Amino acid sequence: MPPGGRAWERSGTQIEITRNLTIPKLFLRQCKKYGKNKVAMREKEFGIWRPFTWQDYYENVKYLCLGMVSLGLKKGDKVAMIGDNRPEGLWAEMAALCAGAIGVWLFQDCMIDEVRYIIDHSDAKFFVGETQEEVDKALSIKDECPKLEKIIWDDPKGMRHYHQDFLISIRKVQEIGREVDKREPHLFEKLINQGHGDDICLLFYTSGTTALPKGALLSHWNMLTMGRNLMAVDPCYDTDDFVSYLPFAWIGEQMMSISCGLQVGYTINFPEEPETAREDIRQIGPHVMFAPPRLYEGMTRQVQVRHIDSAWIKRKVYEFATKVGYKVANLKFEKKPIPWTWKFLNWLAYITMQKKLKDHLGMSRLRHAYTGGAAMGPDHFRFFHALGVNLKQIYGQTEIAGISIVHRDGDVKFDTVGTPIPQTEVQITEEGEIISRSPSVFQGYYKNEEATRKTLVNGWLHSGDRGFIDEDGHLVVFDRSKDVMTLSDGRPFSPQYLETRLKFSPFVQEAWVVGDKREYVAAVMCIDYSVVGKWADERKINYTSYPELSQKPEVYNLIQKQIEEANKDLPEPAKIRKFVNLYKVFDADDEELTRTSKLRRAFVEKRYKDIVDALYSDADTVHMDTTITYEDGREQRIKTDLRIQEIKI
Amino acid sequence: MAQAKESGEDDIILKLENVHMYFGRVAALAGVDLEVKKGEIHSIIGPNGAGKTVMMNCINGLYKPQRGSIYYKGRQINDLKPHQRAKLGISRTFQKIELFGGMTVLDNIRLGRHIHLKTGILSGSIYVGKTKKEELKTRKFIEEEIIDLLEIESIRDKTVHMLPYGLQKRVELGRALALNPELLLLDEPLAGLNLEEVEDMARFILDINEEERWKVTCILVEHDMGVVMDISNRVLVLNFGNKIMDGTPEEVQHNPDVIKAYLGEEDLYATRR
Repeated sequence: MPPGGRAWERSGTQIEITRNLTIPKLFLRQCKKYGKNKVAMREKEFGIWRPFTWQDYYENVKYLCLGMVSLGLKKGDKVAMIGDNRPEGLWAEMAALCAGAIGVWLFQDCMIDEVRYIIDHSDAKFFVGETQEEVDKALSIKDECPKLEKIIWDDPKGMRHYHQDFLISIRKVQEIGREVDKREPHLFEKLINQGHGDDICLLFYTSGTTALPKGALLSHWNMLTMGRNLMAVDPCYDTDDFVSYLPFAWIGEQMMSISCGLQVGYTINFPEEPETAREDIRQIGPHVMFAPPRLYEGMTRQVQVRHIDSAWIKRKVYEFATKVGYKVANLKFEKKPIPWTWKFLNWLAYITMQKKLKDHLGMSRLRHAYTGGAAMGPDHFRFFHALGVNLKQIYGQTEIAGISIVHRDGDVKFDTVGTPIPQTEVQITEEGEIISRSPSVFQGYYKNEEATRKTLVNGWLHSGDRGFIDEDGHLVVFDRSKDVMTLSDGRPFSPQYLETRLKFSPFVQEAWVVGDKREYVAAVMCIDYSVVGKWADERKINYTSYPELSQKPEVYNLIQKQIEEANKDLPEPAKIRKFVNLYKVFDADDEELTRTSKLRRAFVEKRYKDIVDALYSDADTVHMDTTITYEDGREQRIKTDLRIQEIKI
Repeated sequence: MAQAKESGEDDIILKLENVHMYFGRVAALAGVDLEVKKGEIHSIIGPNGAGKTVMMNCINGLYKPQRGSIYYKGRQINDLKPHQRAKLGISRTFQKIELFGGMTVLDNIRLGRHIHLKTGILSGSIYVGKTKKEELKTRKFIEEEIIDLLEIESIRDKTVHMLPYGLQKRVELGRALALNPELLLLDEPLAGLNLEEVEDMARFILDINEEERWKVTCILVEHDMGVVMDISNRVLVLNFGNKIMDGTPEEVQHNPDVIKAYLGEEDLYATRR
């Protein structure tokens, strides 16, 4: 706990979540409590951190809400939102909830087809977009989505030629709201008081690794109980800082900004631009952090690369400090006492390296770091613990309002995801599927009875993940049930496990492992362009583009070495025998990854069928002829030959 | 100092009358006339060596034409030095990037603002009163008007020579804007950029030209015909220092002389050699 800060639990402000409590009611309560005396959020704008007090937060939401109501927003209507993480985004969401409407967030990089599908399927009445880009997206689908009535925008840049009457700026809506407030000063609180905890508050479109996105309905009660139960495990304080930079369309971000943030009252910080997020995180030094593995993987890669680049003395200090760090972390994992000599060495490692490195990564003040949303390799896990970062695994789904399982402090096992949070039961069915039950289990899929029936059985949420509970009561998630492979000797095997191991190499950005019911396991690799590019520069290997670099024999040998490293302690049949370097990186725009960067196996299997076939034939090259899609929808045709390399074991 | 002379029309911001520029016996400009209206984007096109950059250099004062007159807002500016013209509101970017590679992006842009700063070394070193106010105003202007417009927040503290070419071009534009110009000379701002960067840059030029805050008149030298025809109000076509025509993009596109000059007639080039 920071000096002088009031503990959330001790200050008696622990919020009792009743069935009648809604997010707006809680919002109102917190605004009254903190008022002008506390900063609710900060945004970096024009190079300066700009604070907004709870009073500012309150007023902005109030006028926006009243404005939207006067433009025709009614209880139960859907408000679609898209844009970067900014205070205005959170205001819009809160305003919609205050009016009794349901918030639907879209990922910023959604392609037009996805936007059209979600807007249409969710019956969105209002659309709130940040800039001209988002407005353009909305305009291009407006004719096909007749239920869409108003498009609200925020940033005036580039909007000078837009004069359609269904377009309106946030500022203008707030002006209308201010007028309404003068006429009916009690309307805002009246609207909030109409809400009930069982009302739906948010509609999340799940990324869908297989089919069209499904809309999960979550109630106020779901969101708030989830936040309370997580905070009971890892309390946060209202003096804490949190940086909100991951998409609002991701449940993890909603859970930190709304479910937990609103209850605790910590300060939410918004970076200037997505590109400046890392630097901005360092300036803030958050106390709590929740990110998908990809971000931690990126950080590890960054450190590994810088390490290779640095001067001899720095390299030696780093190597010493990590060696000590790994040793101490391992002792902690094994729950063994740490001898005082190692304690001393660890202190030395801390002052020489860990302290500075943690500062660079923005982790100086970090109390809890969570990773979730996808699998994370044990190597990454060890890496952060060796640095002294309290990285913990989280497991959950959008359908359970975020998380159901988390590691406890001092009880972190890197191959598990932890134990259930309070009020949550987790069981394994006979088929090995993980099922869970808690007050946070969602209300069903929007307009999809069949999927709801399959997922929600007698109040138990069926996750579709396969796993088991180990001797310490920790849940181990094996993989998605449908992804589990059968090896040549009949044993089940998780491709995801192998892929995360491969991705620990800084040279590998993405990996895709195949081999279900085949003689051997093979891999399709995507090199990391900047790291491998730099490596190639140093060796005077010429290349002009990603496809060319990926096909260099030297690069193949480099990747082979990385695979051999990952192969090391695997059982014989699980070892990768053949691999190919892909001419591009898997991308969500090509539908190869979900918006949360999970590999869509069924899709890539179909798309790269030729490659997979070649990996299981005697061919040593495979000819590719495909098109790739850019973010603006343009397509480019690619013709190339890919080499297949065999690994002798 | 040049004598003020009324050009007669208020909305003409820049006027070139019969401008001749020789290098030895080579006529880089052989009597070119040009009238640029306030608030327009006036493009100059022509094959390589047509005299486009020479014309830019004459307007901003790097070259002194041997004959002819240049009027800026009705005032003859032939005898003004480049920095004096800059102070009047003429700013430019260069075809080959002319930034200070070892300085940060922010410092490069600040440099563009220097001409408008009034405080001296002494008050600057103690940072009180007027200086402080001026500094704050400058900061606000650069951050809110330029860095935000050009979307270069993430690189503001990076040294320029570390940046990719496309971003360096953007910084050049930023420095030119720091002068708060009324007339902006853009010398091939799109050369060497990839498709996405071209789209961004074209959007910035339109923003600078149209946005209420800026309303900057632009003279654009560019080879990318798609962009030129899309965003220009008028186009001047040069060939071997001679004006072929000056008209709207549609007129230019359908002019046979222009097509002939542009489709690269080998013998025309041969005569030059």
